[in-house]
Amino acid sequence: MTVRTAELIMAIVLFVMSVGLMANVYFGDLVVGWIAGRGPGAGMWPFWLSLGMAGASLATIIRWFTGATPESRNTDPYIASETIFLVTVSAVSLLVMLILMNVIGTYFTLVIYMFFFVRILGNHSWFTTISMMLGTPLFVYLLFEVALTKYLPKGLPFFEELFLVVDNLRYEYFY
Amino acid sequence: METIIVALGSGLVEAVQPLNLFMIFAGCLAGLFVGCMPGLGSVNGVAILLPVTFLVPPTTAIIFLAALYYGAMYGGAISSITLGIPGASTAVATVFDGRPMAQAGKADKALMAAAIASFIGGTVSIILFTLFAPPLAAFALKFGPQEEFALMLLAFATFIGLGGDDIPKTIFSILLGLVLAAVGFDIISGKPRLIFFDMVEFQRGIGFLVLAIGVYGIGEMLWTLETTKGSVQMHKVNTGWKKIKENFKDIKLYINSTWLGSFLGFFVGTLPAAGATPAALMSYGLSKTFSKDPDSYGKGNIAGVAAPEAANNAASTGSMLPMITLGIPGSPTTAILLGGMIIWGLRPGPLLFTESPDFVWGLIGSMYVANFVTVILNIALIPLFIRVLAMPFTLLTPIIFVLCVLGVFATTDRMFDTWIMLIIGVAAYFLRKLNYPVAPAVLAIVLGPLAERSLRQSLISSRGDAMTFIERPISLTCILIALALMSYPLVSRFLKRRKAAQAET
Repeated sequence: MTVRTAELIMAIVLFVMSVGLMANVYFGDLVVGWIAGRGPGAGMWPFWLSLGMAGASLATIIRWFTGATPESRNTDPYIASETIFLVTVSAVSLLVMLILMNVIGTYFTLVIYMFFFVRILGNHSWFTTISMMLGTPLFVYLLFEVALTKYLPKGLPFFEELFLVVDNLRYEYFY
Repeated sequence: METIIVALGSGLVEAVQPLNLFMIFAGCLAGLFVGCMPGLGSVNGVAILLPVTFLVPPTTAIIFLAALYYGAMYGGAISSITLGIPGASTAVATVFDGRPMAQAGKADKALMAAAIASFIGGTVSIILFTLFAPPLAAFALKFGPQEEFALMLLAFATFIGLGGDDIPKTIFSILLGLVLAAVGFDIISGKPRLIFFDMVEFQRGIGFLVLAIGVYGIGEMLWTLETTKGSVQMHKVNTGWKKIKENFKDIKLYINSTWLGSFLGFFVGTLPAAGATPAALMSYGLSKTFSKDPDSYGKGNIAGVAAPEAANNAASTGSMLPMITLGIPGSPTTAILLGGMIIWGLRPGPLLFTESPDFVWGLIGSMYVANFVTVILNIALIPLFIRVLAMPFTLLTPIIFVLCVLGVFATTDRMFDTWIMLIIGVAAYFLRKLNYPVAPAVLAIVLGPLAERSLRQSLISSRGDAMTFIERPISLTCILIALALMSYPLVSRFLKRRKAAQAET
């Protein structure tokens, strides 16, 4: 896909999204107009701003047809083939990380995530890989659970119980 | 004047408290680090590390983040000079002459000039800040919701008029931020708004940090992965005390452009939405214009390194002036700081000086200390940071991603927000590739709730009469300037066309 095509598709998507936002407010039982003697209704701010978004997207579409934006004249590929891999892998790895956090919990996910990024993608030595695989969860535990007292997601009950051993140890010896 | 000196004294005492002093060091180091990593800048550092600062009291937290902001301005020069890749957008202008100097084997001179110019820029701007902030805040105490709204309108108009980006795309970005800020319960009627797909999670709204970390953590990292993937060529740097002493003598070559950059940077920085990047570029341009030898710029003139470096440091302080005194951020980084202040339970704006003097003066005092700490750390640790620059992205990227995800989770305690962050981050990456500016959206999501509240408060108090904005002189002035700024691109295009037409005939 060229930058030119991407520019048009993006502008159309944004236009549709803006209209969707307007519809959401309009059909959401909110006053989009002026209430006499009281000023704007609850829906006025988001409704008219969404209309502005739709207008701005429409302007971009018109400028695409007239060739006014540099992007509408650019026939280079939107994402160069050599970068597709890197960017896609990074984005998908994040997606998988979020899913895994709900299933096996934050800490087991971090171990797998670091193994994937450092060893498989980065081709670093086993020493670096293992340091990152163990160091990151430890750092995260100390920073978020101990210092910030946040209970990070521990996943399904089975994995949560596995991890509770660590918490129990901590409470037994440090408090 | 006396009250300022007394307050500043107490601020300095606050800044050198052991915990605060430690956080200044930590902040400067973190700032130098994010500043020198290509693609990452102060805004990324502040966005990613803001959740971590909930560990410490608000004053200490802002001191840490301000020191980080500061350090990043110094750090940006390191990769601009040694790699030829700006460490942050604020250091783009430093590449113009820093790179040729490094190629000529004078990287050490360029780095030294950058550090000294940054120090002078920082010092000048902090002094100006100390002098301007209290009277400006006192003046702003007269502001009602009408003036507040008009000022915010002015901030958005600056983006449109002076942002230099595609105008419909800038407008879209601002409006998107404002609309996203409206998700959740309406503050006045209490009705739920923009609850997408009937998901109850949207009732709590979309936090600004979710957007900021999505845009500046995830989106920017994806962007950086793409742009710096190519092999980088680093230049050798000679470091050593002897060299440092020797290079110190070059100061007379660039002192004039440093002064120029310092003052210009401060005032450009105070403009809402302008910030350090345009300040550095303007300073470079003016320094070249006033130079006796403009042709040597771009070929390794040391003054071409000093001018933008002085300006970006001065602007970083300058942009805090409207944030602290008016509650209107002057740059994307200060927009995130402002959001942080709201989370910490402070009310940004002119009342801050009377309600939380410890906070404000502690921050100002810390800026003096941070300036000294950073210049020393910077010069002493240049060899270390050059080694950091060689750190592969396959190590840095996962750490940043983990910090982004857990940072968002720690702020809101909801996995839902981490999903929103990922969607926003990926969307920001695709939008940025098409030249949609993302900074206005971040500014807008912070200012959105404040802008809507001030608009509706004004209209409720005037019983729905919109003339209330025009009847008050300060608000009218701001609205007129905002209108002028918004129409500036159209007028300038019209004038250019007419000039071109005249030239043809």
